[in-house]
Formats: sequence, C-alpha cells, structure tokens
Amino acid sequence: MSPAFWSQVDRFARNLLPGALCFALAMLSMVPVRIQGYTEIAPMWTVMGVCYWSIARPDLLRPHMAFAIGVFEDVLVGDPLGINALVLLIVHGLLAVQQRFFFGKPFFVWWWALGLVAAMASLVKWVLFAIVEEVWVMPQMVFVGYVATVALYPALGWVFARVEMALAREG
Amino acid sequence: MKQPVGQLPRVGAFRSLFQRFAFLALMVTATALLLFGQADTKIAERMRSSVADALSPMFDVLSRPTSFISDVAQSFRNLVGVHAENVTLREENRRLRHWQAAALQLEAENSSLRSLLNFVPGPQASYISARVVAETDGPFVRSVLINAGKRDHVRKGQAVVTGRGVVGRVDEVGLRSARILLLTDINSRIPVIIEPSRTRAILVGNNEQKLRLIYLMGGGPISVGDRIITAEDARAFPPDLPVGVVSSVGESGVQVAPFVDNADLEYVRLIDYGLDGILDLKSETGAPE
Repeated sequence: MSPAFWSQVDRFARNLLPGALCFALAMLSMVPVRIQGYTEIAPMWTVMGVCYWSIARPDLLRPHMAFAIGVFEDVLVGDPLGINALVLLIVHGLLAVQQRFFFGKPFFVWWWALGLVAAMASLVKWVLFAIVEEVWVMPQMVFVGYVATVALYPALGWVFARVEMALAREG
Repeated sequence: MKQPVGQLPRVGAFRSLFQRFAFLALMVTATALLLFGQADTKIAERMRSSVADALSPMFDVLSRPTSFISDVAQSFRNLVGVHAENVTLREENRRLRHWQAAALQLEAENSSLRSLLNFVPGPQASYISARVVAETDGPFVRSVLINAGKRDHVRKGQAVVTGRGVVGRVDEVGLRSARILLLTDINSRIPVIIEPSRTRAILVGNNEQKLRLIYLMGGGPISVGDRIITAEDARAFPPDLPVGVVSSVGESGVQVAPFVDNADLEYVRLIDYGLDGILDLKSETGAPE
C-alpha cells in the first residue's frame, strides 16, 4: 500500500471522528448507571455532541451525519422514529451557520449557545412527542433533563476540545 | 487545467444552494419518518430489534464495569450497616415464622377446599432469566434491553419480574435481545387488583417513579398502604404478581409506589404462563399454533 493510500485512510478516519463520537454518546447514554435518581435527570448527550461539533467543525459534522445520529438514537432508545433526527437537524442548522460568530469566542459563549439551543431542542421534542404519542410528558421532567444537559456541557466540551486540538495538530 | 475566474463564485453559489436543498430534504425525510413510523409500527419495531440484536453484546460488555462498581458500593453499604441489619432481620425472622405457621395452616385448608370443589388449577408458569444490558432514561421513554430473545423463547407480552415484584412487560423481541417496557413508561397500562378491597383498576405509568390508578371498578375503600397485585383481565398478565403499594389517595387520584426500583435492575425473570394477551401475537411473532 502506498503512503498516499494510508494518508487518505487517516484523513477519512479523522473526518469521521466527530460523528463517531456522537454515535458513541448515543450508545453510552444507554449503559445502566445504577445511580438513584439518574433516570429522572438523564441529560441529552447527543444534543451536546452535535452542538459542540456544529460550532467547532461543521465541515466534519454535516447535516446528513446529524440526521444519521438522530435516527440511530431513535432506533436505539425506542423514541418515535424521526423525532431525534429532526431535533438534531434543527440544532445543527441553527449553529452551523453561525460559525463565524463563534470563531475565537470564549467557551462561555459556546455554553450560552448550548443553553439556548438545548432549550429549543427540549421544547421541540416535547411538542412533537405529544403530537405523535398523543400524551403530554410532564414539563418539569423535560426541564430537569435540560438543566442536566447545560450543567454537564463544560465537562463534555473539555473532552471534545482536546479531541479537536488533536485533530488540528495532526491534520 | 486552470479554472476561469468567473466560474468560481458560480460553483460556490451552486454548492451553497445544494447544501440548503440537502438540509431541507433531510428535514422532510425526518418528518416523513415521524409520520410513517407511526402509521406502520412494524417496520420501526423490526429496525429496533435488529439494532438491539447487533449491539446487545457490546452493551453487555459496556454494562459490566457499572455493575461491578455498583456491587462494590452495595457490599460496602452492607458492611457499614451489618449490625443494624442483623437486628432488623432477627425481628423480621420472628414475624415471618408467625406468618409461616399461618400460611401452612391456610395451605392445608385451601387444598382441602379445592378438593371439595374439584378446582381446576391454572397453567404452570415457566421462567427465563436475563441480564439488563442497557436502559433508556429521561422524560420520554422508560425501557430496558435484556440479553435474551427469540432463541431463548422470549415472547412479546411476557411479564417481567424481579424478586420484589413486577418490572414491566416484553415490548419488542429480537433474536438475542428484547426490549422491556417498564411499568413507569408513559405508554404502560396493566390491569391490577387493589387488596384487600379487590377493587379492579388499570395501573398507568407517567415516566416517573410513582404510578397512577385509573378506571377503578368495585368501589371498595382504598387507603394508603394497600397492596397492588396483577389481575388476569384480558389475559394480558399472570394473576397475583406483586406490583406495589398505594402511596397516596387524594383528589388528584390514587398514586402507587412500585416495589421494584428501576435503578437497581440488573437481573430479571420473564414469566410465561402461556397467555396470549388481547392482541393476536401468534400471527405477529410467527409462533406455532
């Protein structure tokens, strides 16, 4: 195999990394935690992942990838098919076009953006779920999930920032 | 070959237009999935079962560390509270001995009355044990995945229990995995009986730890602490399985605290009483007539 071939494989793997991390988040969110009360506060891990990469590297997390992550989560979790795909597409659509605005801004601004986008994602999912399943989930439970998402974002963002730096360094 | 300068903005504009169109197409596809997924639930079910089958070995591996940590933490808690627990268990043992004597007496009385009435006993249950490898948390869905499926004779609709009581029922079955809809899920509805008044009702989930009773029939008084057991109505569930206790009775309705805490689920048992349920599941699952 020529070095050019391996270089292409390396670039391909690098380009897939943000999406692969979001797929991994969807899977890890289903690993039993066995902590009292965790089931009530479960954060929206994939929203956090798509949010980060839509701001940081929208060239590596395209809309079709956000759609695929959403469908994968729908199938895995047992949510109505298409609901998370729609939510993640909205998250991606809102943030990817603002990349210039976020360029060079401190992480606090990214966090603030996640707060806004996650609120919208929660609201959209709550309404869509009510329409499709014909039942209203208690809004306070959705709010608790939203708060957990915002609270945990810096920790996940720190990990993703390291991955992003590694991608930029070796890219 | 060098590209003409005038063509560059045109290519950029075309790419931007294509990206917007692709985004819109994906939005439309997601909406279509949402609509058609509800119209034909079997396709979605099949997709879920296939993905769960493919990923259940991976979930099995991923869930081991949390199980180990949870077991270690539990052992530590047990060690700390061993003296207090010993006192409690001695007291409980004393009470249980009393109830054992009463139960033996009632068993003898029951069997003699059954022989007098030529009572036909119900079907014998068979059990399948399985490990919980994944769980769905959050406000929208409450379910778990287990590492047993069709090849282990798991069937849709089977009741799922632990040593404490009912957990839920089998909702989707793959070859080597199955999805259990927990009692706490917003779509869960099971027929129950409230002891001791024998009032019949439907127990519904609300995606939180407390459950609700609706459609109460019988009109007997209901008070906090009353035990809830499953009813055989509609042949959906085996009878007399412990579910929970009434935790509050008020204007907002009757609330029930389930015996099983979903945070503790590690191993479950699936009970097969040979019940068909209210749906024609034989034709759906391809089970022999």
